[in-house]
Amino acid sequence: MWRIGVIALNTFREYLRDKILYNILFFALLLIGGSVVLADLTIMEHHKIVTDMGLAAINVAGIIIAIFVGIGLVSKEIERRTVYTIMARPISRTQFLLGKYAGLVLTLFVNVIILLAVYLLTLWVYDAKIHWGLIQAVELIFVEVLLVTAVALLFSTFSSSTLSAMMTLGLYVIGHLTTDLKGLAEKGQNEIVKSVTAGLYYLCPNLEMLNVKGPAAMGADIALSYQALASLYGCLYTALLLTAACVIFQRRDF
Amino acid sequence: MDAIRIERLSKSYRSGWPWRPPLVGLSELSLSVRCGEIYGFLGPNGAGKTTTLKILVGLMKATSGRAEVLGRPIGDVQVRRRIGFLPEAPYFYDYLTAEEFLGFYGRLAGMGQAELGPRITELLDAVGLTQARTRQLRKFSKGMLQRVGIAQALIHDPELVIFDEPMTGLDPIGRKEIRDVILRLREKGKTVFFSSHIIPDVEMICDRVGIVIKGKLFTEGRVDELVNHGHTQSVDVVCEGITVEDIPAITKVASRILQRGRQCLIELPKPDLLEEVLVAIRLHKGTLVSVSPQKGSLEELFLQQTDIQGEARV
Repeated sequence: MWRIGVIALNTFREYLRDKILYNILFFALLLIGGSVVLADLTIMEHHKIVTDMGLAAINVAGIIIAIFVGIGLVSKEIERRTVYTIMARPISRTQFLLGKYAGLVLTLFVNVIILLAVYLLTLWVYDAKIHWGLIQAVELIFVEVLLVTAVALLFSTFSSSTLSAMMTLGLYVIGHLTTDLKGLAEKGQNEIVKSVTAGLYYLCPNLEMLNVKGPAAMGADIALSYQALASLYGCLYTALLLTAACVIFQRRDF
Repeated sequence: MDAIRIERLSKSYRSGWPWRPPLVGLSELSLSVRCGEIYGFLGPNGAGKTTTLKILVGLMKATSGRAEVLGRPIGDVQVRRRIGFLPEAPYFYDYLTAEEFLGFYGRLAGMGQAELGPRITELLDAVGLTQARTRQLRKFSKGMLQRVGIAQALIHDPELVIFDEPMTGLDPIGRKEIRDVILRLREKGKTVFFSSHIIPDVEMICDRVGIVIKGKLFTEGRVDELVNHGHTQSVDVVCEGITVEDIPAITKVASRILQRGRQCLIELPKPDLLEEVLVAIRLHKGTLVSVSPQKGSLEELFLQQTDIQGEARV
């Protein structure tokens, strides 16, 4: 645990000193603030636009960081050969990988907290309704971000940064379309198409399960049982991805 | 006890195409490094030096064979607590300051904050980077990076230090500093195993050397034994008052003759020929100025070994 912590804190420090992260954060803050201007330009549902755009900004910023920083978590270490001196220390590859992941998760957590605070402040200033459903939506956004980071990490253990980014982005898109894939598998005529879509449905994470932004923006609270189940699903899937990443990373030569 | 024991270690790489044979990195390499010695690992580019070092520190897995480091198998993660490693042309986290950088590697080795502080100060002083303590590594020169790299390898006071090409790319002053660090480590009873292309440095500081070519160890032993054993020492004879070119007894045995005015340098390929030449000089009324036996050099041995292998390949 000690060594995972050392790697995690160093990764966190790395991202704190990375200007790209501040740019993404600034962009997200701008989007949250900009939602007020956009709401004023519309005729109806001012509050819903501010609420909706804020949640979307938190989600987009989290996913951008998860994908574009996550893909470099391991591949950058290998490409730059910084991994050489670390792996020569009394640290296992699993500890290294989990430490890197934990460091990025800590960074993402701080980002989400900052964005959430600014978001709630914006809602309060705009006199929009602040309710428990919004916090629940942000919690599930964070679970989704955890999962996508694990996907990026998995790909980065065996492929280049560019390829990892493309694959992670692809899986993210498919992850939001799994329900459609299921429908396609059920209604399809061609057996091959049915098998492929059914396979993709069962293999890819169902990210729509973690998307409750719509009901939350409408002012509805999410059932606690659903929130717990969706969180558990996301965390289990993440654990599975991390295990696969550790197994692949274990076999690599540097 | 041996600090490093390698037995029939092999490493091959898949070529990427199934119909092509695998590339051989190491081929049944065996060697041992004794505790407390400086061992130089020589070889041309692509000979397998870095591959060997990477296997020893756990960055690569061997295809076959076995290796032990400090009495433990190389797969044992905990033995790395007793090893310091500096890779070739290292790249470090450049957003860290020298102090943070050494603290990070010290904590990875299990050191606590209380022992880290004085150790960082001591090491930065030893590698001449005290002034750069709070400077980020991105502002370091190549020589400074190499020195801070050595400091990270030594932060946890390891028993065995492994350096991959530590002198490459450094100026003569930088190379001397690295040599001094290595010699100080031996004085403290540490074992140093390092690869290098810079043969004079290896010859100067190593107790023993091994020459690896095409993944195989061809020669291993003490430097003085290697350069003298099995190699003909040449002898340089300087005389004056005679024109050596006119003396067949000398011209037929000399490998080279340099006549400079009254003085002449005669290079003899073997010491056995000396008596014959001295008799000829006396006979022609010449004066003997000096006789200097020339010792073989590691560079000659290295070039000879690589030439033999080159010819064998042809």
